[in-house]
Amino acid sequence: MRLSFPIITLFHVPMAALCAGDLSVVRYNRDVLPILADQCFQCHGFDKANRKAGLRLDQREGAMAELESGARAIVPGDVKASALVERLFTSDTDEVMPPKKSGKALTSAQMEVLKRWIEQGAKYEPHWAYVPPVKTEPPVVAAVTQPVDRFIHARLAKEGIAPAAEADRATLIRRVTLDLTGLPPTPLEVDAYVNDQRADAFERVVDRLLQSEHFGERWARWWLDLAHYADSDGYLQDFIRPVAWRWRQWVVDAFNRDMPFDQFTVEQLAGDLLPDATISQRMGTGFLRNTLSNREGGADLEEYRVNQVLDRAATLGTTWLALTTGCAQCHDHKFDAISQREFYQLYAFFNNADEVNIDAPLPGEREPREAAQADHDRKRAELIAPLAAQVAELQADWEKRLLHAEAHPGEDFTWDRSLELLGLQWGQGLGEGQLEGINIIKTPLAQRTQDQKDQLLDYFLKAAPVAYADKWKTLKLAELKSKLDALAKELPPVTRAPGMMSYSHQRTTHLFERGDFRRKGAEVNPGTPAALPPLKGGSDRFALARWLVSSEHPLTARVVVNRLWQEMFGRGIVATSENFGVRGNRPAHPELLDWLAVDFMRGGWSIKSTLRQIVLSQTYRQSSKARPELAERDPLNVLVARQQRMRLSAEAVRDASLAASGLLTRTIGGPSVKPPQPAAVSKDGYKNDWTTSAGADRYRRGLYTWLQRTSPFAQSVTFDLPDLSRSCTRRERSNTPLQSLNLLNDPAFLEAAQALASRVRRECHGDDAKRLHQAFQLTLSRPPREEEQKRLLDYLQQQRAIFASDPKSAVDLLQDQPAGTDAAWIALASVLLNLDEFITRE
Amino acid sequence: MPYVSSNLVVAELESQSRTMNPMPITRRSFLAQSSHGIGAAALWHLLARDGFAAQPHFAPRAKNVIFLFMMGGPSQVDLFDPKPKMAAMHGQPMPTSILGSAKKSATGGVLETVMASPRKFARHGQCGMEFSELLPHTAALADEICMIRSMHCEQSNHDPAQLLLHCGTPLFGNPSMGAWVNYGLGSVSQNLPGYLVLLSDDSHGLEGAGAALWGSGFMPSTYRGVTFRGSGDPILHLSNPRGISTTTQRARLDALRDLNSMNQQRTGDAEIASRIAAYEMAFRMQSAAPDLIDLRGESEATREMYGLNHETTRAFGTNCLLARRMVERGVRFVHLVHSSWDHHGKLTQRLADNCAMTDQGAAALLKDLKQRGLLDDTLVVWAGEFGRTPMGEVRRGVSGDGRDHHPNAFTLWMAGGGVKRGHVHGATDDFGYGVVSAPVHVHDLQATILHLLGINHEQLTYRHAGRDYRLTDVHGHVVKDILA
Repeated sequence: MRLSFPIITLFHVPMAALCAGDLSVVRYNRDVLPILADQCFQCHGFDKANRKAGLRLDQREGAMAELESGARAIVPGDVKASALVERLFTSDTDEVMPPKKSGKALTSAQMEVLKRWIEQGAKYEPHWAYVPPVKTEPPVVAAVTQPVDRFIHARLAKEGIAPAAEADRATLIRRVTLDLTGLPPTPLEVDAYVNDQRADAFERVVDRLLQSEHFGERWARWWLDLAHYADSDGYLQDFIRPVAWRWRQWVVDAFNRDMPFDQFTVEQLAGDLLPDATISQRMGTGFLRNTLSNREGGADLEEYRVNQVLDRAATLGTTWLALTTGCAQCHDHKFDAISQREFYQLYAFFNNADEVNIDAPLPGEREPREAAQADHDRKRAELIAPLAAQVAELQADWEKRLLHAEAHPGEDFTWDRSLELLGLQWGQGLGEGQLEGINIIKTPLAQRTQDQKDQLLDYFLKAAPVAYADKWKTLKLAELKSKLDALAKELPPVTRAPGMMSYSHQRTTHLFERGDFRRKGAEVNPGTPAALPPLKGGSDRFALARWLVSSEHPLTARVVVNRLWQEMFGRGIVATSENFGVRGNRPAHPELLDWLAVDFMRGGWSIKSTLRQIVLSQTYRQSSKARPELAERDPLNVLVARQQRMRLSAEAVRDASLAASGLLTRTIGGPSVKPPQPAAVSKDGYKNDWTTSAGADRYRRGLYTWLQRTSPFAQSVTFDLPDLSRSCTRRERSNTPLQSLNLLNDPAFLEAAQALASRVRRECHGDDAKRLHQAFQLTLSRPPREEEQKRLLDYLQQQRAIFASDPKSAVDLLQDQPAGTDAAWIALASVLLNLDEFITRE
Repeated sequence: MPYVSSNLVVAELESQSRTMNPMPITRRSFLAQSSHGIGAAALWHLLARDGFAAQPHFAPRAKNVIFLFMMGGPSQVDLFDPKPKMAAMHGQPMPTSILGSAKKSATGGVLETVMASPRKFARHGQCGMEFSELLPHTAALADEICMIRSMHCEQSNHDPAQLLLHCGTPLFGNPSMGAWVNYGLGSVSQNLPGYLVLLSDDSHGLEGAGAALWGSGFMPSTYRGVTFRGSGDPILHLSNPRGISTTTQRARLDALRDLNSMNQQRTGDAEIASRIAAYEMAFRMQSAAPDLIDLRGESEATREMYGLNHETTRAFGTNCLLARRMVERGVRFVHLVHSSWDHHGKLTQRLADNCAMTDQGAAALLKDLKQRGLLDDTLVVWAGEFGRTPMGEVRRGVSGDGRDHHPNAFTLWMAGGGVKRGHVHGATDDFGYGVVSAPVHVHDLQATILHLLGINHEQLTYRHAGRDYRLTDVHGHVVKDILA
């Protein structure tokens, strides 16, 4: 618990009021479970190892059972016979539950709830999130047809609250354009919509935005947060992953094509296992390649491989299930029904998935390569031929010794080290899988592809000299190596892409005692948690992926639509979008959540359709103005009686500045770029060569900014880019002085102000007032109000006076802006780009 | 469902998250949006000044922390933990009674032979604490120092060990100690962030986990350490860009305030008041931070004491002096990072070099804090992420002048706010290889630091992804023996 902070009292007051209020029917899920989960499950929950007195309160049988002491915690309907009630209400400080030293304590109202529940028969209910969603008919509300609105309005009506009025058109188009594409609308787009008298004007805007290629960029970033994407390995040396962007591009394309989410799921978790998998399908598995890699000497390769697999299992849990499965790595989950064994059953799905980079030619690369391949292969074979037998013999010996070293660590230091280096150096700085080399060695010769053979031989020729110095000399292998290297350079390049594959050699999976990979426990097979539907048709990643998107799965569709809702309203229907378990919040509108989830599945898992459904609702179109009359009843806007103002994401802050000023490069896709940032930032990491991109690449969208894990792009960090090492389902939206400094003083943002001033001058030939109008349209998508105009025109005059008396500053500020640009206008433009409204989606 | 007023409905939904709100709203904005009649701007100032209602769990012994992080792992056997018996064994294999079944050092080096320290140790102060000749300045303050010779952890690579020390877990993604402290106690500075970071290196670059060591992990970025940089702007984008004079800057802020206020009138969103306050604090930082780094007011004696007049000692000495000035200005957590102590080779030279760079500044900081009456309220911690092997390091068959990583036993020292003076805690075996008495795990250190700040480490939690996280994970015991 945080130190005594008023928020605690604020939350306590209404809680007490609730409990003192209506207790005629106490419901387990609604009233009892939150109390038990928070106060009791730590010692009396699902986790066997930490269970006290043999009592579990998370299910009926356990709670009613006779305990070691002979007592029963709960006797339905009999408060006096229920030990739980006695222990709650006792004044004996040694006896009272929860124990003093736990730091937990029930309020008297909470105690009353439990007592009444037992009095009423102590009826348990299954946890809502494990019961498949059912599509119910939306409530009938007079004059409301849209299903989303019918749910929201019905609830509001019950509370006696009217929904907020619709936002004005300028606000609406800016909101929906930012929400769907991450960019502000252009003045022309605003104008067209504001003046469009047709009944379906808004629908037309939405459909246009859903077709925009920027849609994929905006939603890719949403998905990248979950995958915790970055362009480098992480850890000390933090080597670059120059082809990581291929998967990012795959995601952008998938969203733009509205790839059905079930297919999206299957290709990312098991694209390589699909029959006759295409390159694109295999590239989907790049999702699993966003784990960290440690290439520091001394790093136990198995330990870090295990860490990657653990991360994949935990990421799956967060991304698709919204369950904190990672909690069960060391022990049974304390709150949710996931045993440690079940966690390792999930882990087992990924334990035989290995990292591999594949040839994934970009447009224009395939043909030249194919034309040259046969000739290259022939030449390569010719070069090797004279020494083929000797080299093969040496290499076989080398492979044998490495395999021996792996099986017998500590026997021979030299070979231990060679084995380690094979893992540390393989594809280092190329973003290749660390263990590809050893995995090829473990693949029987006959089963190796030509590509695998070539890669391994190349590595052998690079690594072997130390071990086979004499032969190296006599066979003149250095010569061979340099010839092969030269030949390789002649081959037209093909860009590779990160993916996963399963080798024929399989690892057995063991549970790790207390999560320690050195302490292997019982062997486990791939499987899914018992609290969820059974796995069907196999036990590989493919089966797992299909299980996630099967129609009877209670979580996936709910989890996804909830996060879409969260992006549109600033808060999910389940506010804890990362946790649908018993400690998470319950849905504020359960029937709506289920309706959307089922609709999503039945409608072919279309993200675009669900988003369309949501944004076309009146609920979405409401004004975001505060409603003082509801401030006390619903301070967090749980009932959605209005829209929510939200600060833009880190990337959108950048994008909006670039877009408004006209600097933005709207190219879709491609490798990551390095926009300018202070030199000091990249020095926070051990190695981060930040060579600023030139030309149009300086002005790409934030999505494309290079992400170095140990020293991420400063502006993004300042604006709450999530940590790059774990899944994030909802970003923080902080509000700090560093953000102010960033927007005020960062040369990149000043450059935007300069460009905006020039642009206004270029595009608008009129007086200051006319130009101000245009500048407002470009930044805020609306004209200035009278008081704003007055204040800013005064400001402009004030600035002109300042620059007149300080011409050097004017020259400095103008830099190389076109002749005629007014320094005062740059100062004005920078005010607009710093406005709270500018970096907020209203 | 029977009718309940919506206020209560909300409470019902929120009740599970009472321990700490996991909502994407800041506490500030929650308060601002709540109907207790206090304006958001007023609250911002109020909370900032009072350090967000800085109510520790019990009376604190220290208000501020200066954490001198010695990145890379300084060699305890050459600096703090004398092992005279090793001299006779120099060059001989390590006794198996000490090594047990270990065959390799932490990073895969062969553990072959004992490497006795060539450094001379002597007793200092009335307490008679031993230091090697490499740390004469620190040694002179032995009577102020509380040394722990029995530190240990289980992480032998830099990043995981550094993360463990700073964030309580070897994994990335958790908040750092400074973030936890600011989250728990709040900031008291009106003009500066509550958590500042100062970096220096021996031109090898920072060898470690980078910004994660002062990050806010899953907490809002409000709590993350702000890097105070030695070159360029001390805080990123602190100075006005070219062409923006102070007059223009002030005018920009006035216009922004007015326009933002108009929007607040329209939307009724208290978050805008916070935005206005943030801009005003940014403006104050623009003068407070240059004032902080403006050392012209420091006496010549002070400059000399911190080593500002000498090339070798200047960088770290300046950071130490800045640390004192930060504490004076109410910065809660000051984090100095010096890299690198990772001496796999050229140990003799590089260890001497790094000591020469840092010894004087660290000692000056203690002296200066004491003479200004700040040491009682300030806890100074000097620590690396692990120690180094008592055996010489052998790489690729070549025995070099170096020692490998060693998490089994290492030394750190603390001074000031609430720790014993002139005290040595714990001991290692005759080779400094393993701890033989009073072991202190990294989690115990963290529990103790929080304790000194008046925080119960088991009760300072943050709800994330359904779990109440702690700096000390599920471990940690306060080391009562070192409390004054």
